[in-house]
Amino acid sequence: MTQAASSFINIGERTNVTGSAMFKRLILEEDYETALDVAKQQVENGAQIIDINMDEAMLDSEAAMVRFLNLIASEPDISRVPIMIDSSKWSVIEAGLKCVQGKSVVNSISLKEGKAPFVEQAKLIKRYGAATVVMAFDEQGQADTIERKYDICERSYRILVDEVGFPPEDIIFDPNIFAVATGIEEHNNYAVDFIEATRKIRQNLPHAHVSGGLSNISFSFRGNNPVREAMHSVFLYHAIKAGMDMAIVNAGQLEVYDEIPPKLRDAVEDVILNRHDQATDNLLAIAPEYQGDGKAAKVEDLAWREWPVNKRLEHGLVKGITDYIIEDTEAARLEADKPLHVIEGPLMDGMNVVGDLFGEGKMFLPQVVKSARVMKKAVGHLQPFIEAEKDGKASSNGKILMATVKGDVHDIGKNIVGVVLQCNNFEVIDLGVMVPCAKILQVAKDENVDMIGLSGLITPSLDEMVYVAKEMQRNGLDLPLLIGGATTSKAHTAVKIEQHYDHPVVYVSNASRAVGVCQQLISDIKRPIFHDKLKKEYAVVRDQHARKTPRSKAITLSQARDNKFTCDWANQSIVTPKKLGVEAVSVSLSTLREYIDWTPFFLTWSLAGKYPRILEDEVVGKEATDLFNDAQAMLDNLCDKALLEAKGIYGLFPANSVGDDIQITDTQGNAVISHHLRQQTHKPKGANYCLSDYIAPQDSGRQDYIGAFAVTAGIGEDELSATFLADGDDYNSIMVKALADRLAEAFAEYLHQQVRITHWGYAEDERLDNESLIRELYQGIRPAPGYAACPEHTEKQLIWDLLDVEKQIGMKLTESYAMWPGAAVSGWYFAHPDARYFAVAQIQSDQVDDYAKRKSWDNETVQMWLAPNING
Amino acid sequence: MSNQLSAQIAQLAKQRILILDGAMGTMIQTYQFTESDYRGSQYADWHCDVKGNNDLLAITQPDIIRFIHEQYLAAGSDIIETNTFNATTIAMADYDMQDISKEINLAAAKLARQAADKYSSPDKPRFVAGVLGPTNRTASISPDVNDPGKRNVSFDELVEAYEESTHALLDGGADIIMLETIFDTLNAKAAAFAVENVFEQRGEHFPVMVSGTITDASGRTLSGQTTEAFYHSMRHLSPLSMGLNCALGPDLLRQYVDELSNVADCLVSAHPNAGLPNEFGEYDMDADEMSAHIKEWASSGLVNIVGGCCGSTPEHIKAIADVVASSNPRAIPELATKMRLSGLEPFIH
Repeated sequence: MTQAASSFINIGERTNVTGSAMFKRLILEEDYETALDVAKQQVENGAQIIDINMDEAMLDSEAAMVRFLNLIASEPDISRVPIMIDSSKWSVIEAGLKCVQGKSVVNSISLKEGKAPFVEQAKLIKRYGAATVVMAFDEQGQADTIERKYDICERSYRILVDEVGFPPEDIIFDPNIFAVATGIEEHNNYAVDFIEATRKIRQNLPHAHVSGGLSNISFSFRGNNPVREAMHSVFLYHAIKAGMDMAIVNAGQLEVYDEIPPKLRDAVEDVILNRHDQATDNLLAIAPEYQGDGKAAKVEDLAWREWPVNKRLEHGLVKGITDYIIEDTEAARLEADKPLHVIEGPLMDGMNVVGDLFGEGKMFLPQVVKSARVMKKAVGHLQPFIEAEKDGKASSNGKILMATVKGDVHDIGKNIVGVVLQCNNFEVIDLGVMVPCAKILQVAKDENVDMIGLSGLITPSLDEMVYVAKEMQRNGLDLPLLIGGATTSKAHTAVKIEQHYDHPVVYVSNASRAVGVCQQLISDIKRPIFHDKLKKEYAVVRDQHARKTPRSKAITLSQARDNKFTCDWANQSIVTPKKLGVEAVSVSLSTLREYIDWTPFFLTWSLAGKYPRILEDEVVGKEATDLFNDAQAMLDNLCDKALLEAKGIYGLFPANSVGDDIQITDTQGNAVISHHLRQQTHKPKGANYCLSDYIAPQDSGRQDYIGAFAVTAGIGEDELSATFLADGDDYNSIMVKALADRLAEAFAEYLHQQVRITHWGYAEDERLDNESLIRELYQGIRPAPGYAACPEHTEKQLIWDLLDVEKQIGMKLTESYAMWPGAAVSGWYFAHPDARYFAVAQIQSDQVDDYAKRKSWDNETVQMWLAPNING
Repeated sequence: MSNQLSAQIAQLAKQRILILDGAMGTMIQTYQFTESDYRGSQYADWHCDVKGNNDLLAITQPDIIRFIHEQYLAAGSDIIETNTFNATTIAMADYDMQDISKEINLAAAKLARQAADKYSSPDKPRFVAGVLGPTNRTASISPDVNDPGKRNVSFDELVEAYEESTHALLDGGADIIMLETIFDTLNAKAAAFAVENVFEQRGEHFPVMVSGTITDASGRTLSGQTTEAFYHSMRHLSPLSMGLNCALGPDLLRQYVDELSNVADCLVSAHPNAGLPNEFGEYDMDADEMSAHIKEWASSGLVNIVGGCCGSTPEHIKAIADVVASSNPRAIPELATKMRLSGLEPFIH
């Protein structure tokens, strides 16, 4: 080992919610004890510093950071090493610095917001007694070339050392590792840029260190871990020689430089060092050879084909292998007395194994759905034989009616629950989406179902669920009611639904919970006990909810308006769009797939973790990689055959704010009003935001602009999904919808970029990679009606009117203002440089009255549409 | 002016080993004050008992406190410490006297200033170190064994309390700020943060002395840090001196002073107890025995500033001053420029 390598510092990366799905789950579930074990293992395995990151939208990151650091303080086996306090939010960093007695490291600060906050933060870090990571990032953006990387680091260094008096040995530069071999020529030199910038930093900026996040470099080979690991080792090998002396890495996952197959190593080295024009193509060409176990393509192990037929069926089910299932099912049928016995015997036994493994967390959702596909194929094969014998149907555990409620079109989650229940031998009657209450009750009676499951994603669906519960009560039903979907919650179920219905009402948080709940509800013995327990539990939740004191104090609407966000409008730079008016856009799926943010895709399949790190996650990495590869294959198919169509439309209009409203001039020259809501809780530090604050007020005398857009990538998704379903292929049926959703979001990202750079043109010089787009490192925002910053759904109608959406591209709004097709995004564009996303959260009765007046609604209508913001 | 002060002390420290004072608390005990002595005329009607509130004596028995300072100055102390070990708002809350914390700090600093000025001369200038004690709470240790994440004081609360005390000490005429008897480094980091805030507010820097406490033979602070890790945690303050005090006598403390002496690139101070307390809570190590230990430290080049903590008297200080008078002070080592981090243990890169 060289001298440089021996003094290279490995920083433990597992106690990071953005990098480890397992750690994130532990923190979200508040299982801090096990989370501490993760930290302890890292130290035991030789981490010299541990990085702790709690940046997760679902978390109070400050509180989680404080709690975890306080707990670590009482674990000498962990706290013996220094802590790296990692957050993109300064407030989280500062909260963390107040909890550590040792000298820790901040990760990170930069010149991104300019010199003043940088100096201020550096001074504080010094005063708290910590070292710091400094990103090569300035007011112009992230540095990509050698010159920019070095210049920003030198400027940072001079400010820190000369002006702040920061000890140079306590500065760790992160000169940005970007992806190479992306196919874009300008990216080819990114690794060399980093390595050479590192060399220059170490030569010219005495005592400073260099670190970086390794996984970015191999971003374009996601899904091929052997190639990625080889890229990491080769990159590190050269970067360390140039002076990189620390990195946040998973040391266990680094290939040893000398053990990389020479052919791969040479190809990777060509890419990393940008040695010739063909380097990327060469590596792409040989990469597939190393897919799989990494050394060479894997030979399929067929030993299991020699096993007895029942074991083969079980193996096929557990592994999700369809290739032999018909053959094996037929063999089992020939051995059995009756075809039904095959289902009730070996197939159900196999599915029970699947159910158990899933329950124990040893199988993951995508695998279970694949198992269901195998099961359906087997049952499909047996069905004609069963009918020929007039044997009747196989007995099931119970019959469940499932529906996405009226006004809502989202059904991926519901479909997944349906599949999981079927895997556990429940019969599922799926009524699909936008199902009216009357139909649900009718089918429940006609089919004599055992329980009803309702799903919904948008907030108005919550009220529809309350309505269904009341109607079930009124019609004298006694079936258990299951509630699920993204906006539902235990609190809402307990406070709003449960007391309207005398029989069990159960909130089901995810697919794996559904099976247990249904099994309890179906049993005559267990149901009353379960119901009793549930009633008590929900009473407690209601009680807690009632006693819950608001976290921050409410203020009056006029106080909130006095604390609005404002800026020096007279001198504010406002860029006039290149072209005003409305324009339809169509774009190929192959363009859009480059813009996909994959992290939510994995969440859809209940695999939590940040992409691309999830592919290497110690717990779900393998399944995530398999799922990802299947998704890529499906995307190839979608692109090649143009099976889905993406259409979008946007418009740019003159606008000015008038109070909390925005007055927009449409293409006909008419003034129309977009209504907005203002944050109404006490904000001792920041402003009480309203989206209209980002548009120049009418009385400022400045002409400002706003944009609107609607995009879908789901034209054809329902048909395609149905085709797979008809073939018994739930897996691909769900996959199509999940991908259509991602493509729609990618479309929104793509179009926003086009608008910023070209159509509006306020950020002509912007140059960001996909990761930076996902992290919203650009100027301006695109809030969507129905979400946090503008939570009132009916405002989508204005977008539809302004852009003539339905006529132009065929997207519709349901009566609950859900968009059809489901894979769709719509929203507003705000260009103001200070525009940030925020949540309106709780509003008070004075704002309800005011909003009613502005919308010409009665109070009840406001109460209905803004229920989540009023009742919490 | 204060930079001049730092330079002046640094200059003196190059020439000889500087002498700190000895114990205040055990000296006060010899007066066997009653509840009414503690109350004095000023707090005769106070609503709860104040016996034991030694810091209050700066207001109610100022002559005694000044007299104790003077005895140490007469014994040869270059630096005397204000009687403010428990004078922060947080510690004063035990007597419900948090509101007069500022007044106590101010009064105590003035008494020490008067005494120091009386003895100060151009060839032997005397300095007042305004003491910030550890408080009776810990920011990195849980008060509840069943909930290790719990804390009974926050960093921000400590900063607020320490800022108030620091201002009052400087207003009263302290030359130096001294963080001493540190058993939880996070408390000391809050104190350091407060001190720097105050310096910034006043537009003037003062020398700072930092002194930690190794609680037992484990060789660690109460919050678990080794001596070197503790040094790394406090080094950002650029202190005039880093040292160790209290808990142990010179015999047991020596190895940790030695460790600190090797790693600290600032002055090293030590003021040990006069041995360990006997079964009556009294300290038995006499002046001769204690000064013999300190003499050996001085001849081994371990220290720049020495004094005494619990159980030491003007007699001890006089003996110590005499034995180190002809010794050379410790030479400050040149350290390689490296990132010096710490958890409970040090980490250098």
